[in-house]
Amino acid sequence: MSSSTSSQPLAHPANTVRLMWTTLAAVAVLSLLVYLVAFDQGAVSRSGMYLHELMHDGRHLLGVPCH
Amino acid sequence: MPLNAAPVPTFVTVLLRGLLAGLVAGLLAGTFAFVAGEPHVEAAIAIEEAAAHADPAAGGHHHEDALVSRNGQRGGLFPATGLFGAAMGGLLATAYVLLCRRRRAYDDGRSGLLLAGAALLGVVIVPFVKYPANPPAVGDPATIDQRTGTYLLMVALGLVAVWAGSLGYRSVGGAAPQWLRATAAVGGFLLVTVVAYVVLPSFQEVPDDFPATLLWNFRLASLGTQVVLWAGIGLLFAALMNNDGRRRAATATPST
Repeated sequence: MSSSTSSQPLAHPANTVRLMWTTLAAVAVLSLLVYLVAFDQGAVSRSGMYLHELMHDGRHLLGVPCH
Repeated sequence: MPLNAAPVPTFVTVLLRGLLAGLVAGLLAGTFAFVAGEPHVEAAIAIEEAAAHADPAAGGHHHEDALVSRNGQRGGLFPATGLFGAAMGGLLATAYVLLCRRRRAYDDGRSGLLLAGAALLGVVIVPFVKYPANPPAVGDPATIDQRTGTYLLMVALGLVAVWAGSLGYRSVGGAAPQWLRATAAVGGFLLVTVVAYVVLPSFQEVPDDFPATLLWNFRLASLGTQVVLWAGIGLLFAALMNNDGRRRAATATPST
């Protein structure tokens, strides 16, 4: 690790706990989005198979198991 | 020492850049998939429909009385790849912040490119070799839960393999010749990958009469879609981070 002083680290140590919570929240929301687009079979979205059917071609071509 | 010469991007700023890069890359990947992949999806659905008509009891996936028409599904490709891309871009940005926060903040976008390359290898290529994409009419609906579970496990192990590779690279000291560090990286990566390939179950569910050329063309188009997606995410995210770094460098230089 170089002792470069001309640039700051992205997060200061004091912000580490807050950063942890915001990244955790972001990962949770983004994982839910991935789930709805790529894996939902109606159980979570409460839309029946509508979401599955709408995302059908995307799932196949993104290489996710579809049916 | 130019403290506060320019605002350091917060996590939310980096995250928004990742989401934007991912959304645009996802729409590009969707365009690629629409042109290169949709004809193969149509051909596979025609085979699926023919099989369902020949044996109505076997068809579990009825497209004729579907909730979404075929045109709707073709159009649905774009929200699917766009949202998937945005999510992947956001996750890449989160990984970028967590992995790079102890390093200097700006490195002309190289970390972003490297991360996107690592993601392409770990999340796409490693799982694809074990569980390649399947067109409609391939795959037994009865095993979908099992296939989804093992696929996700394979994605996780792909990331572990990439991590093992970087661990191998770093464990051989910087004084060692480059070929030795690269060999350690390849060794660590292959160790995890081969163990995962051997341990996880395989599924042979391609019908005997499914055209081999159609399967090959579909899988190539599917892999191409993911390559476009991750190349787009990496390049766009790196460009957004680099632009910021140059602006910051320009404002910081006079005060040093």
